Amino acid sequence: MVTCACNASNDELTKQLDRIIDPYRGNPGGLIQVLTKAQNLVGYLPRRVQVQIAEGLGVSLQEVYGVVTFYAFFSLIPRGRHKISVCAGTACYVKGTKMVTKTLKDLLDLKPGQTTPDSRFTLEIVRCIGACGLAPAMIIDGKDVHGRLEPELIPAVLEQYA
Amino acid sequence: MINLTIDNQQVAVEPGTSILEAAQKVGARIPTLCYLKDINVIGACRICLVEVQGAKTFIPSCVAPVAEGMVVRTNTPAVLKARKLVLELILSDHPMECLTCLRNQNCELQDLAKEFGITEVRFDGAKTEYPADDSSPAIVRDPRKCVLCRRCISVCTNVQTVQALCAVNRGFDTLISPAFNEKLADMECVQCGQCSLVCPTGAIVERDDTAKVWAALADPKKHVVVQTAPATRVQLGEALGAEPGSIFTGQMVAGLRRLGFDKVFDTDFTADLTILEEGNELLQRVTNGGTLPMITSCSPGWIKFCEHFYPDLLNHLSTCKSPQQMFGSLVKTYYAEKEGIDPEDIYCVSIMPCTAKKYECQRPEMNSSGYQDVDVVLTTRELGRMFIQAGLDAANLPEEEYDAPLGISTGAGEIFGASGGVMEAALRTVYEVVTGETLENIDFEVCRGISGVKEATVQVGDLPVKVAITNGLGNARKVLDKIRAGEADYHFIEVMCCPGGCIGGGGSPIPTDIDIRLKRIDATYTEDERMALRKSHENPAVKALYEEFLEKPLGHKSHELLHTKYTPRGVNK
Repeated sequence: MVTCACNASNDELTKQLDRIIDPYRGNPGGLIQVLTKAQNLVGYLPRRVQVQIAEGLGVSLQEVYGVVTFYAFFSLIPRGRHKISVCAGTACYVKGTKMVTKTLKDLLDLKPGQTTPDSRFTLEIVRCIGACGLAPAMIIDGKDVHGRLEPELIPAVLEQYA
Repeated sequence: MINLTIDNQQVAVEPGTSILEAAQKVGARIPTLCYLKDINVIGACRICLVEVQGAKTFIPSCVAPVAEGMVVRTNTPAVLKARKLVLELILSDHPMECLTCLRNQNCELQDLAKEFGITEVRFDGAKTEYPADDSSPAIVRDPRKCVLCRRCISVCTNVQTVQALCAVNRGFDTLISPAFNEKLADMECVQCGQCSLVCPTGAIVERDDTAKVWAALADPKKHVVVQTAPATRVQLGEALGAEPGSIFTGQMVAGLRRLGFDKVFDTDFTADLTILEEGNELLQRVTNGGTLPMITSCSPGWIKFCEHFYPDLLNHLSTCKSPQQMFGSLVKTYYAEKEGIDPEDIYCVSIMPCTAKKYECQRPEMNSSGYQDVDVVLTTRELGRMFIQAGLDAANLPEEEYDAPLGISTGAGEIFGASGGVMEAALRTVYEVVTGETLENIDFEVCRGISGVKEATVQVGDLPVKVAITNGLGNARKVLDKIRAGEADYHFIEVMCCPGGCIGGGGSPIPTDIDIRLKRIDATYTEDERMALRKSHENPAVKALYEEFLEKPLGHKSHELLHTKYTPRGVNK
């Protein structure tokens, strides 16, 4: 898990972000690296973070925002402590992506792209994760693969993540 | 040279030439949509596909460089079918509101549909449903009509270096917009409208204000006056079907009278006046150690750009209002008094090659007369539409003269429309005022032409006056950065927001490309040569204005009516 700085004071956050930006100051080529580190720090990329990055690297806010919204990896909204990535690759899709998504939606009351009010989970739909043999599958926190999912198995999976 | 075969014809071209350009040499016109020579060459739309022998897929010819021995076919049935499929898929997400679109019959997508023989769209899929942004007084963005060609982004980012737009999201969800869906009116968009000039469809258009003008013309209580910007007379013809470079001065005046304007005046008159105010301001700054270089302030897109991106340099701007706004404040004071008309009843319309002028006339400080000085601005495109709506056969109208006094002008006022024109007009006057001698050769060729940054030193009496001239905001940046770095020893800089100057402004007829800009520039200097008077300080109506009303340049009334102040705005606010 990343160290979340979303509760840090504004001044403190500005300073922490500056430390991330400094090696790339005035260098537009560092945009993706800086965004990645900033998201690891803050948990997501709100406007004020993007503005600070734009001004630090000497690019327009439009440039930053275009990159942030292009890559599914970057998020404009606060992320939960755990990220659930439901695979919607062909095999999983055929074997029950919809069922997995619906079960999660019923259990957690959230749609893809959203975060639970207690910041525990963020749900997203991703393209093939390469676990076709385990379809339908999902990945939690980018590393734990849970496969051959069925509706009644999912609550136990979620319980592993506080 | 690279040798290749295109449609069974041998052709030799320079290395690095695209297949698209090579094909033009053998008379093969490949259709394009996103492509915009030198500005947007990204192969996004796939309309320009061709067959290349040995290639696994069809190749987008705008981005594919030629190779030795390449065998290209541009019009096989399979190629035509593939292009048509691409177009059908684009059209499947297009609103098909051609009959009610401002770009009806002036639309590249419509032209392609006709050229490809599209009689139906076989695909009925999802439609883009993003809302329009009509926050700006100058331009309106309707993403539903957007084909995602990215020409607007390219011109805004690379030519103007404003970068007000980006591609948000990806795939079908892509939206061309400012970051965080900011409104164009609330951010650093300078309202120059270059995006509207390059948009192939009706996704970015000028705000159409013709209804306001028709309403004013229909109101018997209103005394409706019109001013026409220098560039409009070398543009209007194109909006009415004439060749680029056509001069329609007399026909425009005649047509405006027939539309019902009470007086047809000329912004060239206040361009002459600007020279007297601005020339004297320059002399004052040089003499009194004021901020130098002084930079021209005629171009509202440039002003807004400076306010956002170079707020630290605002004291370099001349305090002169633009000629359009000088006209507005004089028409509701000087002219109203002279003619005994209540300024409240005067409705002042401007015809401008510019969308930013629509923004400028609404700036809160532009009310020195006690009213909004200029009530409404129409672009050349909108005036063209009014002529057509009124059934005016402009080419066959008799040529008429502007009304006195605010329609009397000189060639110096006329050349304000071309890059370098303000500088040349200023030099014609400053030289004679300072030296007391008559200028032998009034054609300052060094000021002319379309190159991005022009520099010259002109001997005026004892003083070698160093000047710079830029057009297009990306070029302005180069000079502004020199000022910031303390490396600019110019006295006077002319900045025009749009490439080529106002003749290439965001309100110009579509298409506007470099060749068309050059033709309009030639026409501008032809007009200058046709004028009896070609120096602003010789304008008899301007002299009378000072004698009867203003007293002297930079006098008390001038400061009140003809000068303005600027607002530091910054970016990402």
